[in-house]
Amino acid sequence: MRRLPAGMRRVLFTGRRWQRHLVAQLRSRWHRSLQLRVVSTTLVLSALVIAVLGFFLVESIANGLLTSAENSAINQVRNGANFALDQTSLHVLQPGNQFDAPLSTAQNTARALQQTSGNTGSYLVFIQLTNSGPGGVQWVGERNVIVTATIPPDLITDVGIEQHHLRYDNDSTATPWSEPTTLTYTSGSGTSGPALAVGVPLGPYYQLYYVFPFTQQGVSLLLVQRILVGVGLALVVLLAAIASLVTRWVVLPVRHAAQAAQRVSAGHLEERMQVLGVDDLAALATSFNDMAASLQAKLRELEELSNVQRQFVSDVSHELRTPLSTIKMAADLLFESRQELDPAGGRTVELLQSQLERFEALLVDLLEISRYDAGAATLDADLVDVCDLVRRSADDAQQLAERRGSRIEFRLPATGCFAEVDRRRVERILRNILVNAVEHGEGKDVVVTSAIDSAAVAVSVRDYGVGLRPGEQHRVFERFWRADPARARGTGGTGLGLAISLEDARLHGGWLQAWGERGKGSVFRLTLPRVVGQELAGSPLPLGPDEAEIAAGLGAAEPYPSEEVASRG
Amino acid sequence: MKGRVLVVDDDAALAEMLGIVLRGEGFEPTFVADGDKAVEVFRDSRPDLVLLDLMLPGSDGIDVCRQIRAESGVPIVMLTAKTDTVDVVLGLESGADDYIVKPFKSKELVARVRARLRRTDEPAPEMLQIGDIVIDVAGHSVKRDGETLNLTPLEFDLLVALARKPRQVFTREVLLEQVWGYRHAADTRLVNVHVQRLRAKIEKDPEHPEIVVTVRGVGYKAGPG
Repeated sequence: MRRLPAGMRRVLFTGRRWQRHLVAQLRSRWHRSLQLRVVSTTLVLSALVIAVLGFFLVESIANGLLTSAENSAINQVRNGANFALDQTSLHVLQPGNQFDAPLSTAQNTARALQQTSGNTGSYLVFIQLTNSGPGGVQWVGERNVIVTATIPPDLITDVGIEQHHLRYDNDSTATPWSEPTTLTYTSGSGTSGPALAVGVPLGPYYQLYYVFPFTQQGVSLLLVQRILVGVGLALVVLLAAIASLVTRWVVLPVRHAAQAAQRVSAGHLEERMQVLGVDDLAALATSFNDMAASLQAKLRELEELSNVQRQFVSDVSHELRTPLSTIKMAADLLFESRQELDPAGGRTVELLQSQLERFEALLVDLLEISRYDAGAATLDADLVDVCDLVRRSADDAQQLAERRGSRIEFRLPATGCFAEVDRRRVERILRNILVNAVEHGEGKDVVVTSAIDSAAVAVSVRDYGVGLRPGEQHRVFERFWRADPARARGTGGTGLGLAISLEDARLHGGWLQAWGERGKGSVFRLTLPRVVGQELAGSPLPLGPDEAEIAAGLGAAEPYPSEEVASRG
Repeated sequence: MKGRVLVVDDDAALAEMLGIVLRGEGFEPTFVADGDKAVEVFRDSRPDLVLLDLMLPGSDGIDVCRQIRAESGVPIVMLTAKTDTVDVVLGLESGADDYIVKPFKSKELVARVRARLRRTDEPAPEMLQIGDIVIDVAGHSVKRDGETLNLTPLEFDLLVALARKPRQVFTREVLLEQVWGYRHAADTRLVNVHVQRLRAKIEKDPEHPEIVVTVRGVGYKAGPG
């Protein structure tokens, strides 16, 4: 390939790119618009049909014109020949010795014949004098015409053969021959153009030729062609317009249906289509509306059902509280005086007391979960030092840790970690994950780390206990899920703690995630945005064992950051 | 001794149990089960404290609370099964000083009742001033330009606690401990609502307070600056 200058190549490149862009756009419109496809197909096909029809029409008109012109020309020539034979004695004047006399007679005859054409100039007359003498072939007639170019040699040959027959068969009726040709004037003296040349022998020595220019026919043909092209174009445009209109009738309701379906699927269940008439499209609209209506009814029913259920859970929790208050006060009273009871009675009262507490905790958690299910939970955010919350919420876990013989180690930044959070909810999350860590820590120490960056604050709680099996880092947040069903519940947790904590974190727009490995302990990490409503991009703390532990070969590096746990809601 | 407690509760078992516990602690309980009769009984019995269940037949607890508060500054402690902000704040705004969430322990109940009745010891004569407000601690009166402002005992305690150390910032937790007598962290909404009620009475423009000022992220303090 030849190298082009850089500028030109660039222009070419941009041109090609623009062209490609245009093609792509057209293609996409073609694929998307049914109307465009129908209209352009109609346009192309009708143009093709009209072009073919027009071609044949013009052809047959031209043929007809030509035939009639030829017939009238031949008649004209016959008349002319008869006139020449009757009026002049041309057929007996032998050219040769008295050469001048035949020549002038031929000239006179030609002139006379030419005059019958009149001023319209509808034909030109030429006479050929055949002569084997010194003068050779001679022509008389219109001088401005180049005769040798205008009268085709084939015609001259044909007429010559006819003359030959005439001479020897003594047949006086000569047949005219015709041939299409080009009328050629000497330069500047007239308009050359297509013409019909007709020739007939005049006796044994002369030949008469007429040349009919096609001026009239040409004009007629051109007019017909123009009319045909105009009508054809108008017809094509009209057809395209009709096609466009008809497809519009069909496509518009279909488009409306598509739009309506889109709106319904986007949640606007009240969306309906307009039903006009009783045709197929009206049937489409009617069935669409029926579908939307039944969908809406079903959804409303489900919604009501779920509302009723949520309300029921909430009501039950509330209604249980009044009798529970009475029972609790009664139990308190009995508990105070348990010394006066026998050992079995005393123990009974203790059990009553502890199980009442558990019952109450369950009730509180149930109510909290039902509040989340109802979407009724609200964030009561305040600017709070999260590290301070960590220390405060460690109370319960601290007591439990003392009983288990483990320690809770705090690694908190000295500067404090202020963020806009709901104190009550964050304390609840921290309390839950801390107690959880101590509970499953198997008496080993628990490390609480906190960190802060410009956008987020994170707290992670690390234990070195039983850890989690693969996949359990999601399941720990499920309601009433137990790591090991066979294991007795040591601290009487409700089984809803982590589920509520996850909801609490989500309400903040935060993450609560777990990492764990069998026998290597687990990490629960809470990440909260520092400003309410801000999207979290990352966490200041890793989810998994810290670097020192990885270096010591303890546990793998963050193999499955369970982001989806938090983003699920 | 001051110890008359009016128990407004429609649940017979709970009311009886409350009576047993309160009597055991040396209080004199009276009972009313119907919200419509509560105000009437309140006028007759002149209790030192009202224990009010929010879920009552007839006129509901909120209305009863408003009616009692309209004619008396007597301490009102609500019993509620609902802990949602809307319910609690509505109760506090209608005039309750404190609330206890069902189910509660006897000790908790008694502690709350005692905390609200504890103002028996006569304080030493003491006059405090913040802005144009003058507080006579011993006389239990608050005046602006010689005009007495009508505060409930709780609102008075709250104002005195803040006014005793002007310009010192009190966290909500500290106020809960000093004014309400909570030893552990409790609901800070109590403080928020009562500060609003206090402001409505003592501030010239409660929207732009000058006497009880909010310190964002920390708490409240008395006096400007």
